[in-house]
Amino acid sequence: MTRPTLEAGLAPLTPEERAARRKQKRAEAWAEAAGAGWKVWLVKIVCLGIIDAMAIYAILVLLASGNWLVPVIVAIGVVAINVVYLSPGMLPAKYLTPGLVFLFVFQIFVVLYCIYIAFTNYGSGHISTKDDAVAALLIQNQQRVEESAAYPVSVLEQGGEFFFLVTSPSGDAEIGGTERPLEPAPDAEFAGDRAVSLPGYTTLDFSQIVSNQSAIAAMAVPISDDLNEGTLQTRDGSTAYQYISTLVWDADADTMTNTTTGVVYTDNGNGSFESADGQTLATGWQVWVGMDNFVRAFTTESIRGPFFAVTLWTFAFAILSVATTFALGLFLAIVFNDPRMKSKKYYRVIMILPYAFPAFLSALVWQGMFNQDFGFINQTILGGASIPWLQDPWLAKLSILIVNLWLGFPYMFLVTTGAIQSIPDDIQEAGRVDGAGVWQIFRHIKFPLLLVSVAPLLISSFAFNFNNFNLIYMLTGGGPRFAEASINVGASDILISMVYKVAFVGAERDYGLASAFSIIIFVLVAVISYLSFRQTKVLEELN
Amino acid sequence: MSIQESLPTALADIAPDPGAPVDAPRRTFRRWFRETGWRHLVGIVMLVFSAFPLVYVLSASLNPGGTLLTANSLFSNFDLGSYIALFQDPLRPYGAWFVNSIVIGLTTSFFTVVLCALAAYAFSRLRFSGRRFGLLTLLLVQMFPQLLAVVAIFLLMSAIGDIFPALGLNSQIGLIMVYLGGALGVNTFLMYGFFNTVPASIDEAAKIDGAGHARIFFTIILRLVAPVLAVIGLLSFIGTMNDFLIASVILVDPEKQTLAVGLYQFVSQETARNWSVFAAGAVLAAILPMALFLSLQRFIVGGLTAGSVK
Repeated sequence: MTRPTLEAGLAPLTPEERAARRKQKRAEAWAEAAGAGWKVWLVKIVCLGIIDAMAIYAILVLLASGNWLVPVIVAIGVVAINVVYLSPGMLPAKYLTPGLVFLFVFQIFVVLYCIYIAFTNYGSGHISTKDDAVAALLIQNQQRVEESAAYPVSVLEQGGEFFFLVTSPSGDAEIGGTERPLEPAPDAEFAGDRAVSLPGYTTLDFSQIVSNQSAIAAMAVPISDDLNEGTLQTRDGSTAYQYISTLVWDADADTMTNTTTGVVYTDNGNGSFESADGQTLATGWQVWVGMDNFVRAFTTESIRGPFFAVTLWTFAFAILSVATTFALGLFLAIVFNDPRMKSKKYYRVIMILPYAFPAFLSALVWQGMFNQDFGFINQTILGGASIPWLQDPWLAKLSILIVNLWLGFPYMFLVTTGAIQSIPDDIQEAGRVDGAGVWQIFRHIKFPLLLVSVAPLLISSFAFNFNNFNLIYMLTGGGPRFAEASINVGASDILISMVYKVAFVGAERDYGLASAFSIIIFVLVAVISYLSFRQTKVLEELN
Repeated sequence: MSIQESLPTALADIAPDPGAPVDAPRRTFRRWFRETGWRHLVGIVMLVFSAFPLVYVLSASLNPGGTLLTANSLFSNFDLGSYIALFQDPLRPYGAWFVNSIVIGLTTSFFTVVLCALAAYAFSRLRFSGRRFGLLTLLLVQMFPQLLAVVAIFLLMSAIGDIFPALGLNSQIGLIMVYLGGALGVNTFLMYGFFNTVPASIDEAAKIDGAGHARIFFTIILRLVAPVLAVIGLLSFIGTMNDFLIASVILVDPEKQTLAVGLYQFVSQETARNWSVFAAGAVLAAILPMALFLSLQRFIVGGLTAGSVK
């Protein structure tokens, strides 16, 4: 083993020596920095300039939105980057920073963020803050006021956004947009009684109104800052009517009241407005719910059942995949490791093809071949059978294992071939001299030696299959779905595909629960890696 | 049976194996079968098992207008119509997917190699406090694939998109940045092990000759570890091409999506009807990764083994 020996002498140093060494290092660093050409400096300055500009912009936007924690973190990060690249020395940091920035943001931070989300009710209907939820509820539940006056309106456009130029009943012009309550527009130009244009804005003509009809019909311009006063909406782009919400928001009492039914909805502490008889309003907001998601995962019967089944199948799938691919790979390695056999390399090339073929395509192709009604396997190989390969819970699992065997055996074949060939002949020779048969030599000499060198690969293969999302999702989609489950989960789902389906598939998206499942996977993976680390010698070799 | 019998014996006649026992130039069939014949039998079974899905998809792609059902009669037709049809549906911008996948894959693999090489150089050649801790952390991070935190990635990207629309959701640059976040954890160890095999005396010699650290890194070390750079670039390219999970969450517009996302949606929407068009798309998508893989196969297998043992 050739290890670098840059600092060979590690004998304890006297303070003077250490100071001298530090001085020398600093001198080297200055020389280094001065030696770099102006081109390097230019590139450095330009790159840092771009990063700084983006960071300052982001900080300003974030501060404007009332956030302070994130801008502080961004500021610290950017100052650190500047210090690293502008000051001489700090050589390791110069080499590590680019990778570490991405690692921190998109790997370490997202894991921490995932943990945070697991303790919230983030998901469909709980996306934003309470203020946003109140505003959304008031807008969603609006109805046209029966006796509303008709407001002549012109639709204006500025910077890709639409605005209403309204002529109020008193004859004054007012302008407003979806995010901007009506305000007086004294500069407006009139055509007759009707305000038609405003400097700085473009007035839409009839054909433009028609082509943007759905966007204009969806606009609701607040009449004033108080959302309870209602909004103006138009169906035809020329006359607007006042719309008032059937819900009334009472900020002091923290209640929503439905004016038609008289039901009072109060904040239930879980991010929703709830009436006395347990009805909740559709739009809620994001709140901290503590261990709620984990409690749901482990106690609600309609989630716990599928969750445990999926966890069990995840382990079974990963273990069986490794076992079957390794067994077949080893068998083939032994079969093809005979010096008397000819044309081995042709077999090898063809057998590697499944490994080279992109995995997601393999799963899609096999999914077609396993099709119950038209697939190659039922129609051609089995002569017109109608076996529900992907629809039956057990057959779906079997299909997955077959396809994963197809995908995985070439790798195991290559790896075990290498390992077998590296076992020295004299050991086997010694066994033979001692009277061991072929099987005994394999069982007691070759196999243990093989396992030593292949074990780390088996562990990493297990870890890979534990999260083998592509295969499951593209082959069976996790189906068939559990009938009794309240979440979108099926019999052949593994944990990671369950997370994906809970968070991103279907109308009911539950980011909080999905993150809680992710955390559970983290814990499982951590335990497995701890156990496997203890077995292998990786840690001892680190120096 | 006749093929299995005649093929290997014929080969044996043409090219006698120099390693074969001298006393048996003409082995009996039974002996031949017991020694190597059954191995060929196993080989032929495996050939059929490994190759038939690929043969099947190739045959389906050459049968324009074919459905899943008509694809079952192999090579009943030979026509490139599906390959042309593939590029002509504006609702299914296969050409854009293809270009996106290649561009995203190449960019990601290039920057992955750069970031990992920088980090591996620091860990392998420089001594600093926190070095062992850093290596341990990377080892740990390696155990937690990025896709586990896909929910947080999605929410983070939508937050970034509010500030920089060009880097947030539905942005390919954003997707590449996410991939680069996973780069260091996965590949640095492989590269670190390889960097360590380059003798340190080489860079010491260069240092004495007056070369700075940047010069040593770019002109000496990088040249010497070129094979591992190629392997990591290729693995990262294939990994990126194969990713469905993160790409499907981040890319929304059909013309921004990658092959994995696009073809999956295509298949799930109209599996049985347009099977030959899908097959053509699959064949085209597979050619480049397969060619790269097969040409660099020797290095990859070596690299994989070395990386995990070291």
